[in-house]
Amino acid sequence: MTASAARAEPAIEVRGLTRRFGAFTAVDDISFDVAAGEVFGFLGANGAGKTTAIRMLIGLLAPTAGTARVAGFDVATQAEQVKRHIGYMSQRFSLYEDLTVRENITLYGGIYGLSDDAIAARTRDLATRLELERELDERVGRLPLGWKQKLAFSVAVLHDPRVVFLDEPTGGVDPMTRRQFWERIYVAAAEGTTVFVTTHHMDEAEYCDRVSIMVDGRIAALGTPAELRARFGVGTMDDVFVRLARPGAAA
Amino acid sequence: MSGSSSGAGVEVSGLGKRYGDVVALDDVSVIVQPGELFGFIGPDGAGKTTLFRILATLLRPDTGSARVLGLDVVRDLWAIRSRIGYMPGRFSLYADLSVEENLRFFAAVFGTTLEAGERLVAPIWRQIAPFAGRRAGALSGGMKQKLALCCALVHLPDLLLLDEPTTGVDAVSRREFWDLLEELQRGGLTILASTPYMDEAARCDRVALVQGGRILDVADPRRIGERFDRPLVAVRAAERLRLLHALREHPGAGSVFPFGDAIHYTDARADRSGERVAAELRDYLRDRAFPDAEISVVRPGIEDVFMALMRPPAGAAA
Repeated sequence: MTASAARAEPAIEVRGLTRRFGAFTAVDDISFDVAAGEVFGFLGANGAGKTTAIRMLIGLLAPTAGTARVAGFDVATQAEQVKRHIGYMSQRFSLYEDLTVRENITLYGGIYGLSDDAIAARTRDLATRLELERELDERVGRLPLGWKQKLAFSVAVLHDPRVVFLDEPTGGVDPMTRRQFWERIYVAAAEGTTVFVTTHHMDEAEYCDRVSIMVDGRIAALGTPAELRARFGVGTMDDVFVRLARPGAAA
Repeated sequence: MSGSSSGAGVEVSGLGKRYGDVVALDDVSVIVQPGELFGFIGPDGAGKTTLFRILATLLRPDTGSARVLGLDVVRDLWAIRSRIGYMPGRFSLYADLSVEENLRFFAAVFGTTLEAGERLVAPIWRQIAPFAGRRAGALSGGMKQKLALCCALVHLPDLLLLDEPTTGVDAVSRREFWDLLEELQRGGLTILASTPYMDEAARCDRVALVQGGRILDVADPRRIGERFDRPLVAVRAAERLRLLHALREHPGAGSVFPFGDAIHYTDARADRSGERVAAELRDYLRDRAFPDAEISVVRPGIEDVFMALMRPPAGAAA
C-alpha cells in the first residue's frame, strides 16, 4: 500500500452490514474500510459468514441492514455499477475449460463491455505477459493448474477494476503454485488494484496488509498480521485463528 | 511389518498408468506399513488421485502390481472393497439426503448398520449428531468432510484411503479432522492421505513427495530437513515486494520465496555457511536501503524441502 493510495477514498466501505436468512443471522453488523491498493485478507471458519458477506459486496445479495460501498458505488442501490467496477475469481478458477485461452478472454471481455479492439489488444498483451503466445488456441482444460490460475486472475482484472475479489484462489494448490499466484497479487496491488482475498492457508494471511477474522457472522479481530499476533501473544496467524475460531468450530 | 495378509499395509511395485498419451503414474513403488499414517504430497496432476483410485480398486493399473491388506487390487477387488474406506477428492455424498440418511445408506450398501459401525464411528458421530437431520448439502465444509469420513468408516474397514480430505476446509476444522485421524490410527487403522497442506503432511509418520507420476522421495517429516543440502536464511523487512525483488537480484541468489511473514533465501553456491550467507545479505541489504531488515539462519521445514524438490532440475539456480 503506497502513501498516496492510503489518502484516497476507501475502495470498500462497510457500515453495519447485516444479512439474515429467516431467524438465522449470517452476517451480523460488520463494519470496516479497505484502502485503495491494499491487500485485505478476509478470514473465517467454514460457515462463519464470509461467503454471504462477499456476495453482498459484489452486488449479488441484498443486505438486510447496513450499507456497503465498493469502488464508490452502493451495493444495494447501484449493484450493476458495482459489478462493472470489480473483478471476481471464485474458488480455484472460473474459466470455461472447453473454450480456448483466446475464447475465454474474448468472452469475458465482451461480458465486461470492452470493445473488439480493446479485447484484441488485451489478448495480445496478456499472451505476452503470461507467456501464453503458443497456447492461445489451446483449450483451457489442457493447461497446467498454475497457468489456469494466472489466466483466471488476469481475466478477472481484464477490465482494470478498482477492486478484485478472490474467493479461496489457492484452495487445493501446491506450495509453489500458491507462491507464484501471490506474486501476481503483490504486483496488482503495487499497480493500485485493491485486493480482497479469502484463504484457508494461514501462512497466506501473513502476506496481507491487514486481515479480518469472522466468527459467527461478526468480525472478531481486524488488524495487520503483526498486530494480531502481538494481541494474542502467539507466533503465527494459525494460532490467532484457532484462538478465535475454536468456540464456533462445532457448527 | 508382517507378510501375512491380515497384517499387511500397502505394497506397490512398478505401478504404471496412462490416459492416452498422458502418463499419470510412471513406475511407482512404495510400501506402507500396517498401522502407519502415510501422506502423499505433490502438485495437481502429479498422479496422487490415480494412485488412490487404483488402490481403491476403481481403476486398473497398466503395469506393475499393488497389494492392499495383502490382497491384489485386480484379482481380489471384491475382498478389498469390503475392507477399505475410501474418501474421494470431491464431495461424494448425497446432498439431498440428511446426515443420518447418508450414514444409514452407506451402512446398508456394505450390508451393515450404523449401530454395528459404532466402534469406529462414535468419536465423529458425536461431533455431527447435532446436525443429524440436516441435508448433507447444507453442511459447512468441515462438517461435510467429517460426515464423509464417518461414511467411509461405517463398515469397520482396516485401511483408509483419503484423497485430499481437507481441501477447502478451514484451519480449525482441518486440525480437528487430523485429530480424528490420529485417534483412528491409535485404534489400529492404516491410513493413506493426500494433502496440499504442509502442516498436515508434518503430522504423518512418513510422507511421499509425488511429481510427474513419480515418487521423488519418501521421508519422515520430522527428519525431512536433512534432505536440504544448503543453509536456509529467513529475511524480514516492512517493504516485502521490494525485498523479494532485491533478494532475487542478489548475485548469489538460489531460491527466493515468501514464507509466512518472512522470505526464505538459499544461496546458489552450496559451499557457503549459513553465517556467511547471512553476513553477505546483511551488507547487501544495507546498501539497498533496508534499514529494518532482520536476517537469521533457520531450519528447513517440509515446505522448503517440497519446493526444493519440485523445482525444475534445470531451473534458475544455476
